[in-house]
Amino acid sequence: MNSPLLRLQAVSKSFGGLAAVQGVSLDLPAGSVSALIGPNGAGKTTLFALISGFIVPDSGRIAFDGSDITGTPPHVMARRGMTRTFQIVQPFAAQTVRENIAVGAHLRHARRSDALEEAELVAQRVGLAPQLDKPAGDLTVAGRKRLELARALATQPRLLLLDEVLAGLNPQEVAEMLPVVRSLADGGVTVLMIEHVMQAVMHLASHVWVLAQGQLIAAGTPVEVTREPAVVEAYLGHGTAARLAAKGDA
Amino acid sequence: MKGTLSPRRDLLQVVIFLLAVGMVAAFAKSGVVLNFTMMALYGCLMAQSWNLLGGYGGQFSFGHALFFGTGAYVQAIAQLQWGLNPWIALPLAVGIAAAVGLFVGALSFRYGLKGSYFALVTLAFAEVFRILALSVPFTGAGVGLMVPLREGAANMQFADRRGYVLLVLGLVGMGLLLTTWLRHSRFGAWLQAVRDNEDAARAIGVNAFRVKLGAIGLSGALMGAAGAFYVQVFQYIDPGIAYGPHTSVEALVAAIVGGLGTLWGPILGAIVLHLLADLTRNLFGALPGINMIIYGVVLILIVMFSPRGLLGIGQSVRRLWKRESGRE
Amino acid sequence: MFAFGILFPAILNGLTTGAVYALVALGLTLIYGVLHIINFAHGAALMMALYGVYFLKQALGLDPYLALLPMVAVMFVGGYALQRLVINRASHGKDENILLVTLGLSIVLENVALLAFKSDTRTIETPYTLATVTVGPAMIAVPKLVAFGGALLAAAALIAIVRFTDLGRAIRAVAREKQGARLVGIDVDHVYAMSFGIGLATLGAAACFLLPAYYVNPQVGNGFVLVAFTIVVLGGMGSFAGALVGGLLIGVVESLGGLWFGESLGQVGIFLLFIAVLLFRPQGLFGAKA
Repeated sequence: MNSPLLRLQAVSKSFGGLAAVQGVSLDLPAGSVSALIGPNGAGKTTLFALISGFIVPDSGRIAFDGSDITGTPPHVMARRGMTRTFQIVQPFAAQTVRENIAVGAHLRHARRSDALEEAELVAQRVGLAPQLDKPAGDLTVAGRKRLELARALATQPRLLLLDEVLAGLNPQEVAEMLPVVRSLADGGVTVLMIEHVMQAVMHLASHVWVLAQGQLIAAGTPVEVTREPAVVEAYLGHGTAARLAAKGDA
Repeated sequence: MKGTLSPRRDLLQVVIFLLAVGMVAAFAKSGVVLNFTMMALYGCLMAQSWNLLGGYGGQFSFGHALFFGTGAYVQAIAQLQWGLNPWIALPLAVGIAAAVGLFVGALSFRYGLKGSYFALVTLAFAEVFRILALSVPFTGAGVGLMVPLREGAANMQFADRRGYVLLVLGLVGMGLLLTTWLRHSRFGAWLQAVRDNEDAARAIGVNAFRVKLGAIGLSGALMGAAGAFYVQVFQYIDPGIAYGPHTSVEALVAAIVGGLGTLWGPILGAIVLHLLADLTRNLFGALPGINMIIYGVVLILIVMFSPRGLLGIGQSVRRLWKRESGRE
Repeated sequence: MFAFGILFPAILNGLTTGAVYALVALGLTLIYGVLHIINFAHGAALMMALYGVYFLKQALGLDPYLALLPMVAVMFVGGYALQRLVINRASHGKDENILLVTLGLSIVLENVALLAFKSDTRTIETPYTLATVTVGPAMIAVPKLVAFGGALLAAAALIAIVRFTDLGRAIRAVAREKQGARLVGIDVDHVYAMSFGIGLATLGAAACFLLPAYYVNPQVGNGFVLVAFTIVVLGGMGSFAGALVGGLLIGVVESLGGLWFGESLGQVGIFLLFIAVLLFRPQGLFGAKA
């Protein structure tokens, strides 16, 4: 893979004097599962919003598959093959699971019957088939997360931005969700996930970026990154890395 | 709970409804029944219009009279000043009302107006048009416009109420077909997605702006048809009737009372409201403003006790029955 | 058209009218700022208050300015009850429901008034109705001058309550962070009802100042509702200073607009301004950016 599927160059965004994202650059190779981690308030979701077009960066460029997409609106991005999910799940509560997923499928299918059929297939892929005719509002948190995933999947994305898809799930539910995410990548979808659940990051991601206070402070494999002192400091506070190292020596 | 997956059931219901009412129109002898049917259907048309934008689109307009009045004035002016036949004026009235909808929608949605802000803007626009109509000579200013009596089907004026009933039934039928199409089409899926969660919809490829614009255009068209119909029946229009709050309120309350976002909600709501209004008129005589009081009270009660409207109550009852008979 | 002798009285008249507009808008902005609802029933409530003042004068011979205290009290209690018993119950927590309920209330109130009082326009006669005061080239009606002063006083009182009393502190807390306020033991429902009550109480005061210089009929609320909304949005939702300045500004705009374009078109100007503000600067002149 020569050119990256997604390339960010010095992307920055401030809100009223507060720098949410500062000069972030990264190259995301196609076909990978990567993770974006960092302490709360680091700017991860803002970065997702910038990439997917919900917010326009103050400076910097974003390229998707070689073309500049800086500032392109979300619905156009979806058509081009990039879809995002939301940290706080947003189901179309009054509609059934099938109808929810069908909205995503309609991006590629104009006919209602085709979209509904596709919705059923996607539901089976993520394990929601038994709930197809339930109102989305009746699903559990885990179910809603799967729905969020399914809806995005129905748009046949090339790049899927998953925002904390495992948040709020108990260990059993996390264990059940991991293979679903893994199967996405196996199906050829490039995945970039914001995650706090380290187990998932270690298991799934081949590449990790660490964001703290709007800046990229580390990049590499999961093992490399979790060992870096700067990353430990970002999560556990100033001086922790040294303290831990000292303990290790003692 | 949404309807079936295929439009067949909806279409069947629509056909049955049209046939049934058509029979009433054809065979009823009583002028009272015919008059009630006509006015109720006219209410259905307005409720359907509001339901399109408010129920399926989730945008609550408090100034729907804007489209009603525009349709009405175009229908009148087209005949009086451009010498057009009313059957030709009708699509013109519908089209221009839709255009006004697109204009208001483009402004409002471009700048992200939602909820109360959108309601306020529609109210303001209706008021602006009302004052303009009051001040400008070619709408007849305060005196209004009168369409001369010239009976004949070719002139869309019917000596027998029957003709009007069939006319408005046709318009309501078109509204029903439009709504059915919406319920089973990509546009409808997109529209309801935007209603339920605009950001999520955008993220999966829905052009929210265009979809909302389409909704307000269609809604404006139906309401404009209602306005044109009014002019044909009553042969008179003035700024107060055209752009005043009465039609805005009637459309809104009927749609909500019946059940937003459903095929039959607007029909049910309009019929119930008209029944109520007639009942009150029989009990208390023709008191000024009594209709509106009823509408207001019903609105408050429905919002308090059954925000999903009468059809919503029906659904709760059905679910209750299913559970009790062990069928859930 | 631009001569000082014509402009000055127009501006002065605009200011006095604007002050009363501001008073009406203050209640609306308080309700929005705290409850985050747009009270569509505000105009109808003003209309009821005007009828209240009217009948107090006709039946009991009570001078409008003396009726201030009872009117404010009655409107406050009415507002408190309305919010606690009707609006709160009907809202189920959803904004759109509140929108519809206040709309419903406004329809009911306006048409009950139509039924009870017919659509006649009524005015009252007081010894000072026709008295005027000369300020330079302008002759200002005394009632309007009193209205101006009264509105400013009432606004000051309102601002003082919110700034300096315990209730005011509770109101500010609830306005900013409802859940947090609840957690520290503030009775949010009570604060909501108090705010709504105060909002309607200002209408009671406004009615007392308005009637001597104005009139009442069942539709009078409509004219005020949209103007009040315009002011609230222009001044910034929830900003008292904004409502005051906005009110005065709108009063002057309306007066000058009426002078140059005729009365009805002058009104159109206000609504177009309203639409423009909603579209291009919804946070208003003084509001914080959303």
